[in-house]
Amino acid sequence: MQALTFQQLTKTYKNGVQALKGIDLAVEEGDFFALLGPNGAGKTTAIGIITSLVNKTSGKVQVFGHDIDTELAVAKSCIGLVPQEINFNQFETVTTILLNQAGFYGIPRHEASKRLEKYLTALQLWEKRNAVSRTLSGGMKRRLMIARALMHEPRLLILDEPTAGVDIEVRRTMWSFMRDINAAGTTIILTTHYLEEAENLCRHVAIIDKGRIIENDRMSRVLRKLQTEVFVFNLRNPITAPPVLPGYSVSMPDDHSLEIEVSKDQSLNDIFSRLSASGIEVLSMRNKTNRLEELFMRLVNQKETAHG
Amino acid sequence: MDKAVDSSLAPAVKPPMLLKTNIVGFNTIVIRELNRIIRIWGQTIVPPAITATLYFVIFGSLIGGRIGDMGGYTYIQYIAPGLIMMSVITNSYGNVVSSFFGAKFGKHIEELLVSPLPGWLIVAGYMVGGIMRGLIVGGVVTAITLFFTHMQIHNVAVVISAVLLSSIVFALAGMINAVFAKNFDQISFIPTFVLTPLTYLGGVFYTIKLLPEWAQGISHANPILYMVNAFRFGFLGVSDVDVRLAYTIMIGAAVVLYVSCVWLLHRGVGTRE
Repeated sequence: MQALTFQQLTKTYKNGVQALKGIDLAVEEGDFFALLGPNGAGKTTAIGIITSLVNKTSGKVQVFGHDIDTELAVAKSCIGLVPQEINFNQFETVTTILLNQAGFYGIPRHEASKRLEKYLTALQLWEKRNAVSRTLSGGMKRRLMIARALMHEPRLLILDEPTAGVDIEVRRTMWSFMRDINAAGTTIILTTHYLEEAENLCRHVAIIDKGRIIENDRMSRVLRKLQTEVFVFNLRNPITAPPVLPGYSVSMPDDHSLEIEVSKDQSLNDIFSRLSASGIEVLSMRNKTNRLEELFMRLVNQKETAHG
Repeated sequence: MDKAVDSSLAPAVKPPMLLKTNIVGFNTIVIRELNRIIRIWGQTIVPPAITATLYFVIFGSLIGGRIGDMGGYTYIQYIAPGLIMMSVITNSYGNVVSSFFGAKFGKHIEELLVSPLPGWLIVAGYMVGGIMRGLIVGGVVTAITLFFTHMQIHNVAVVISAVLLSSIVFALAGMINAVFAKNFDQISFIPTFVLTPLTYLGGVFYTIKLLPEWAQGISHANPILYMVNAFRFGFLGVSDVDVRLAYTIMIGAAVVLYVSCVWLLHRGVGTRE
C-alpha cells in the first residue's frame, strides 16, 4: 500500500510564487523516504499541504488511500508531524504538551501517560518531564517535537529537518531512534540539509527543485548515477609535488594529502598500485564530499544551467 | 547481526473513532484553557476583581449615595448587574483573543490545525474557554458586589441565560479579532477603541431614559445595551429594552459569530497559508 501519493500537486501563493508545479510522488508503506531540495524548492510547502497547514491550489493528495479533500480527519489521524520550527507552547511543561497532543488525537489520559513515559524514555527526556519547555536545550526541544509527533502512534511520520542545529551525539541518538520506529513499521518522510543523514537513513529519495521533482528513485540507484567521485588520501610522509598518475586528475591540498578524481570505470586498486610504485604510503582514505551531496549539487546545478 | 525490532514502537493499528477523538479532543482544549486561566490567575482573575471593587467603592458607595435612586433602586443596586456583565463581557473576549492569538504567535495553534479535530469543535473549545473565564470572573465580581449591597434575583433563568449568551457572543467576537490580528497591537485595538466605549455607553452606569431622544436612538444600536438590560432584568425586573428583542439579538449574534469563526478557520484565514 502507498502511504502517500501526490498527483499533479500545485501550489501558487497569493504573491504569485509557484511553489509546486504539478508534482507526482508515491511513498510506499514502511519506507524511509528522503525529500530533498535546496531552500525554497517546495519541500515545506508539500509537507504543509499533506498536514493541511497550507491550502493546495490543485491536484490530489492521499494518505494511506484517504483523500485529504474528502477524508481529511482520517488522513490527518495517520500523520505525525515534526515541523522545522519549534511550535509548542513555551510556557507549558513537557508532560502537558504531550498529554494535550494525545488528547487532540482522541487518546485517553491513561493511555497517553503510558505512551508519554515510553517515548520520553526512548528519547532520553524522561528526566525533563516536569520541565517548562522553554528551559530545554535546542536538542531537547527537537526530541520533544519527535515525542509529541509520536503520541498518537502515527503510521506516517514526517520529519522536516528534525536534526537542524543539533550536535552530532544527539543527532546519532535521533538517527538510531528513527531507524527503530521505521523498523517497527512507521513510514518516515525526512527532509534534511544534512545529506549524509539522508544517505545513511533513507531507502528512497526524491529531489525537488523550483517546484518540480528532478529525481525520484531508490537511494542506491540514485547514488550509482554518480559518474565520478573525489577521494582524499591521507599520506604517511610529506610530499613536495603531486605524483603524475595518467588518466587521473590529481591535486595536492597540502603536503600530507592528495585529492584524486575517480570515474565509475576506474579502479581504486590501480591507484593504490601506482601510489605504492611512486613510494607514497597511504594512511587512510575518504570521500571528499558526501556522495548524495555531490549528486544533489550536480542535479540542482544542471537544472539551473538548463533553465539559465 | 540486525538489531531486533522493538514492537512497542509500532504505529497504531487503528486510530480512535472520530467521535471519540472529538470528545477527548474537546475536553482537552477545555481543560487546557481552564489550566491557562488558573496558571495566570494574576492576569485573568485578580485585575477584574480589583477594578470591580474600585467601581463599587467610587461609583457605588462614594458618588452613588449622592445620585439617588435609578429605575426604582439605589444606584449601587442598579449598576451592580451592569458591572458584573461588563466583567463577563471583557473577560470572555479577552480570554479567547489572547489565548488564540498567543497560539498563533507561538505557532502552537498548528498542534490543533494538523490534528483530526474539526474546525467547529476547535471554535467550540475556545468559546467554552472564554465562557469559563467570563463566569469565573463574573462569580468573583458577584461575590465582591455582595460586600457592598444586597442583590435580589427577579428571574434566575434570565440571569443565567443572559450571562451565558453574552459570554458566548464576546468569546466568539474575541476569536474573530484574534484570527485577523497580525500583532499584539491589533488584539488590544478592538477592546480599547470599540469594546470599552460600547460597554460604558451600554447602560452599565445609567438608564438610557436619562439621555435625550436622539442619544437613546443611537444607544439602541449598541448590542451591549441589550445584554446589560436583559441581565439587569433578571436581577431587578427592570429594563430599558424589550427583553425578547434582547434575546433575539444575543442568539442571532451568537449564531452569526459562531458560523463566521468556523468558516474563517475552515478557510484558513489568519491561520493557514
